[in-house]
Amino acid sequence: MSVKSTAAGGPPAKSRGRTTRAAGAKRRGTEPELVQLLTPEGERVEHGEYSIDLTPDELRGLYRDMVLTRRFDAEAITLQRQGELGLWASLLGQEAAQIGSGRATRPDDYVFPTYREHGVAWTRDVDPLNLLGMFRGVNHGGWDPNENNFHLYTIVIGSQTLHATGYAMGVAKDGADSAVIAYFGDGASSQGDVAEAFTFAAVYNAPVVFFCQNNQWAISEPTEKQSRVPIYQRAAGFGFPGVRVDGNDVLAVLAVTRAALEHARSGQGPMLVEAFTYRMGAHTTTDDPTRYRADEEREQWEGKDPIARLKAYLDKQGLADEAFYAAIDQESDALAKRVRDGVRTMESPDTMAIFENVYADGHALVDEERAQFAEYLASFEDTATAGASGEGH
Amino acid sequence: MTQMAIAKALNESLRKALESDPKVLVMGEDVGKLGGVFRITDGLQKDFGEGRVIDTPLAESGIVGTAIGLALRGYRPVVEIQFDGFVFPAYDQIVTQLAKMHARALGKVKLPVVIRIPYAGGIGAVEHHSESPEALFAHVPGLKVITPSNASDAYWMLQQAIECDDPVIFLEPKRRYWDKGEVDTSALPGSPHQAVVAQQGTDLTLAAYGPMVKVCLEAAAAAANEGRSLEVVDLRSLSPIDFDTLQASVEKTGRLVVVHEAPVFYGSGAEIAARITERCFYHLEAPVLRVGGFHAPYPPARLEEEYLPGLDRVLDAVDRALAF
Ligand SMILES: Cc1ncc(C[n+]2csc(CCOP(=O)(O)OP(=O)(O)O)c2C)c(N)n1
Ligand SMILES: [Mg+2]
Repeated sequence: MSVKSTAAGGPPAKSRGRTTRAAGAKRRGTEPELVQLLTPEGERVEHGEYSIDLTPDELRGLYRDMVLTRRFDAEAITLQRQGELGLWASLLGQEAAQIGSGRATRPDDYVFPTYREHGVAWTRDVDPLNLLGMFRGVNHGGWDPNENNFHLYTIVIGSQTLHATGYAMGVAKDGADSAVIAYFGDGASSQGDVAEAFTFAAVYNAPVVFFCQNNQWAISEPTEKQSRVPIYQRAAGFGFPGVRVDGNDVLAVLAVTRAALEHARSGQGPMLVEAFTYRMGAHTTTDDPTRYRADEEREQWEGKDPIARLKAYLDKQGLADEAFYAAIDQESDALAKRVRDGVRTMESPDTMAIFENVYADGHALVDEERAQFAEYLASFEDTATAGASGEGH
Repeated sequence: MTQMAIAKALNESLRKALESDPKVLVMGEDVGKLGGVFRITDGLQKDFGEGRVIDTPLAESGIVGTAIGLALRGYRPVVEIQFDGFVFPAYDQIVTQLAKMHARALGKVKLPVVIRIPYAGGIGAVEHHSESPEALFAHVPGLKVITPSNASDAYWMLQQAIECDDPVIFLEPKRRYWDKGEVDTSALPGSPHQAVVAQQGTDLTLAAYGPMVKVCLEAAAAAANEGRSLEVVDLRSLSPIDFDTLQASVEKTGRLVVVHEAPVFYGSGAEIAARITERCFYHLEAPVLRVGGFHAPYPPARLEEEYLPGLDRVLDAVDRALAF
């Protein structure tokens, strides 16, 4: 198998009746329903079920969010290349999926991200520098999840979907009208944890939106290796609605996620949103996609760029002028500089931080090991000053 | 004899196994076109096809669970877990099913499943990519646990794991993947469960395995400069453990320091210390000391150099044991 059926552009075809069982068979047939409100050319189109009416300010705001997020992401890649970060997972191409869904949340909603949700973090007012700590290797997350109702990044694939479901069960128990949104990928859709999250959410009618960014790839494996039906259709088997949205159309993502969160908030239970998008870059900075995917596929998706699409619309409608774009350019430069300076001066934690926060209530062994290690480290200082042979301990 | 990096030796070993036994399958996440994130399976799918080198869905419990089924059907699956920290979705299948099925069937079924896991730290990675879970497997009856420290062992011990009729947890020291060594692909190897004396010495025994063997050899070299003669035993196998070889060494030196990256608390060093104390009580000049990780989560990359037991911490323990 080489290039995927989606390579020709457009979503993979919905299976009509039985899919063929031949090994490596691709889904063909009619295209699944894909909610779109803005075409790749920037034409506004209507959809029967989902609509949106935004003010010019709101539209320009979405554009700004996406541009700044992309710039932040590009800066992080550069910092990785320069050795300032150990790793980076780029969101390039997924700006609309993340900004649209993130902007659909309310401050009291709770977000459970994977490791790639830099755009969602932006919409939750998480300081971009906070996101970089773990990629620089100075912490494992480190921000206070409750400050912005934005949970820590989760690397173990799928785990957070259960946490989101449990959190939503708690929200429902409290009688609150907040909603929870769980991000996950097309690859993650194969994990047992995700299936279990779907089951729990359905059984307890939990106010959680499962937001799958189907970026077509899980490292080197195309979505066909994970699912033989479009991912949004899985929801039906669990007993809740699923919808596929054009993940590169920020308006459609915003409209659909708003509706899904409202669905959850109003006591109707979970919903699955599949944002159909594309990972334009490598999986992470250590990955080499030339080993497994064709350039043409990426080129196809370039024509559906989420930022260019909104810009085309803004221009056509006369909603943005040179001054607006110039101001955003300036803001981008300022953000990039802040990120650069911030990362370069980000200090490594003190060695003894190894022993911090292992337990909330403390632990005798940790205390003992901390003291022993401190003594051991001090023995080097003694050696250095006294010039004596290092008899540790 | 050929010079090979450990990664290449593992690749060659898998190739050999796929060639010599049509029942051998390689399966895991990204093992196909990509050749695995560490390229251990590089080129194998191209040469043996998608039917034998299988890109699986992203689900570790699924990978190990289906490997069990394939083994029941007569195949010999060699599964790759992408990183140590991601084996846990499969832990249920490994502990409750894979390890026990042979016994439950009163020996009537065999489970020749190999689970390859790149493990331990030192590569500056993010969370869950640097852990040493060996004790969690060695503690489970029914599993064999082995870990090579050099290219020759990587080549041969993987062959032997695949030929073994029991489930084998095969731990690959990822920070040593690019270390080169001589590999003789024709010489017949000894048992994979036999410890070897990697460096002869008379004053103290260092017992290690996987990534820490190199550190211990360096420690022995440093100690030699100070006139101290350290023996280094590469355990190679953690279940079973070759206590005879270790006992012979400790009876000679009278002192033992066990070194591993995994947390010391309930770690493999505890088992080794207890058994050797029992076997060598009257030969010991000092208590068996352990050097390893702390009872704390593996730290962020910028602290791993301090966290990992390096030359200084090994030598510090050596000093303490010798001063006893
Ligand atoms: C349980 C587990 N297994 C394996 C991995 C290694 N891994 C990291 S990302 C990834 C692919 C994830 O793909 P997807 O869910 O589509 O998310 P994307 O990276 O495309 O955003 C894999 C296999 C992991 N992090 N966790
Ligand atoms: Mg993906």
